[in-house]
Amino acid sequence: MKPRFIRSIAAQIALLPAWLIVIFAYLGTIAWTIRISFSSTKVFPTYDFIGLKQYERLFATERWIISGQNLFIFGACFIIGCLIFGFLLAVFIDQKIRAESVFRTIFLYPYAMSFIVTGLVWQWTLNPTLGVQQTVRNWGWQDFTFDWLVRGDRAIYVIAIAGIWQASGLVMAILLAGLRGIDQELWKAAKVDGIPTWRVYLHIIVPMLSPMFVTATVLLATAVVKVYDLVIALTGGGPGISTEVPAKFVIDYLFNRQNVGLATAASTVMFVTVLVVLAPWLYSQYFRGQRGRGA
Amino acid sequence: MSTTTMEPQGPRPSRITPARIGVYAFLVVSAAFFLLPLYVMLITSIKPMAEIRLGNLFSFPLAPTIEPWIKAWTYACTGVNCDGIKVGFLNSFRILVPSVIVSIALGATIGYALSFWRPRGANFLFAVLLLGAFIPYQVFLYPLVRMLSTVGLYNSLPGIVVVHTIFGLPLMTLLFRNFYAGIPIDLFKAARVDGGGFWAIFFRLMLPLSTPIIIVAVILQVTGIWNDFLFGLIFAGRENFPMTVELNNVVNTTTGEREYNVNMAATILTALVPLIVYFVSGRWFVRGIAAGAVKG
Repeated sequence: MKPRFIRSIAAQIALLPAWLIVIFAYLGTIAWTIRISFSSTKVFPTYDFIGLKQYERLFATERWIISGQNLFIFGACFIIGCLIFGFLLAVFIDQKIRAESVFRTIFLYPYAMSFIVTGLVWQWTLNPTLGVQQTVRNWGWQDFTFDWLVRGDRAIYVIAIAGIWQASGLVMAILLAGLRGIDQELWKAAKVDGIPTWRVYLHIIVPMLSPMFVTATVLLATAVVKVYDLVIALTGGGPGISTEVPAKFVIDYLFNRQNVGLATAASTVMFVTVLVVLAPWLYSQYFRGQRGRGA
Repeated sequence: MSTTTMEPQGPRPSRITPARIGVYAFLVVSAAFFLLPLYVMLITSIKPMAEIRLGNLFSFPLAPTIEPWIKAWTYACTGVNCDGIKVGFLNSFRILVPSVIVSIALGATIGYALSFWRPRGANFLFAVLLLGAFIPYQVFLYPLVRMLSTVGLYNSLPGIVVVHTIFGLPLMTLLFRNFYAGIPIDLFKAARVDGGGFWAIFFRLMLPLSTPIIIVAVILQVTGIWNDFLFGLIFAGRENFPMTVELNNVVNTTTGEREYNVNMAATILTALVPLIVYFVSGRWFVRGIAAGAVKG
C-alpha cells in the first residue's frame, strides 16, 4: 500500500472543488451576508458599522412582521395538513387495494412539478370571477362564495392548500415505505387480542413510524422556510401585503427596493432561526454515535 | 341434478364490506382532488376565450381549439418580447444539461472520496455541505451575485450552471456517500491491495457499480433544476431565463385581458418535462425521495 500522504493527496485534489464551494459559496457568503447586515449598505457594499440599526428597522417594518406571521400560519397549516393527509393516503393505499400503483402515481405527480406551475393552476382554478366560485354559481347556487384568493385574511390559506396538494404525495411515499416495513405478525397479534384497527394505527403504528414522520417534517419545514415561487405565482404577495413571506421580503429588498442592508439583516434572522431549530436534529441524525464510515 | 353442487362455481367473489367501500371512496375522492387541477388545466387550454368568459370551469369545450397552444409556444408575450414560451424551453435545456452533468460528476467524486478515503477534514466538509441543504438560499444570494459579477459570470449561462452545481452539491454528495457506504469496504480494500489508485478504483470499480444511484441522481437533478425559479430569475440573466421564469412572466405580467387558455397551455408545456420524467421513471422517482430523505 502506498504511504498515507500520497493517497490522501489524490483524495484532497478530488475534494478541492467541494472545499472551494464550502469555503467561498457557503461559509464565505454567510459571513459576508452577516457582515453587511451590520452596515448601512443600500446597493453597493459599504463597510461601515452601524450596530443593530438594520435589525431594529427590520422589526419595526410591518411587512416583515406580517411575513413572519404568514410563515407561521402557512407552515403550521402546510405541515400538519400534509402529515395528516399524507398519512391517511398511505394507510388507505396499504389496505391491499386494486390498482394501487395507479393511485400512488396520481397522489405523487404534483410533487414532480414546479411550484410555479402549482401556483398558476390554483390561481386560475380559484379566481372568483371565472373559477370555482362562478362555476358553482352557474350551477344554481347563486350565493356560493369562495373568494379566499382575493381576501387579505384568507389568501394565505389558499397558498397552504396549494402546498398541501403539491406535497402530500411526498409524505405518503415516505410513510408508505415505513408501513411496508412493518411486520405482518403485528397485525395477527392485534387481531388475536381483538384490538380495533384504528387503535392499532393510532397507538402502535404511528409511534413505530415516528422516524419517518420526523424525516417528512424536516423536509416540509425546509420547504416552508424556502417558500417563494409558490407565493409569486399564486398571489404575488397580495392582496396588498397579506401573503408576503420572509423569503420574498429578502429578494424584494435585495433586487427591487435596493436596500441590501435591511435585506441581509432579514436573511440573517432567517438563517439563525433555521440553525437553532435544525442543529439538534442534524446532530442526532448524522453525528451522534457515528462509528467507522457511513452513518 | 347430480351435476349441481352446493359449492359456488368460479373464483370466489371478493368480500364487499362497508369498510371496503369506504376505503375506495376515500381513495377515489382523493384522486379526484389531485387530478382536478390537471383536468382544469387541460380543458382550459383548448377552450376559446368566448367559452372561458362564461365561467364554467369544469365543462368540456364546445369548440375545442389548439390555437392557445400555438400561441403559447410561438408568440405569447413575456414582458416586451413576443416569442412565446419556446425561448424559455430552449433556455431551460441549455441550463439543464451542463448543470446535471457537472453536479452529478462532482457529487459522485466527493461522495466516493468521503466514503472510502476519509481524508482530513472530511467530517467538517460533509457537515457544512449537509447544512447547506437546509439553509434558506436568501442568506447566500447577495454575496454570490457580487462574487459572480467580479469574475464576469453574473447573468450568464456558465453562471447559472455554477449556481445549480453549488446548490445541488449537498443532495448529490449525500446520495452518493450513502450509496457507497452500502458497498462492502472489503471490496475497496481488495482493490487497494491490487494496487488501485484513487481514480482507478473510482472509474473502474465504483462507477460501474453506481448505475442505480446515477439514475436516481439524474431524475432528482432534472426535475429539480427544471423546476427552479429563484436561481434562474436572479443568476441567468434576461437572455437565459428558464422556462419557469418565462411562464410566470407570460401569466403574471400581461396587460389587458388575461388569456387564460394561453396561460394554461404554457403552464402544461412547462410542466411537461418533469411530468414525463415522473411517469417514465415510476418507482425510481420514489426511490430518489427515499434515498435523499430517509437514510441518514
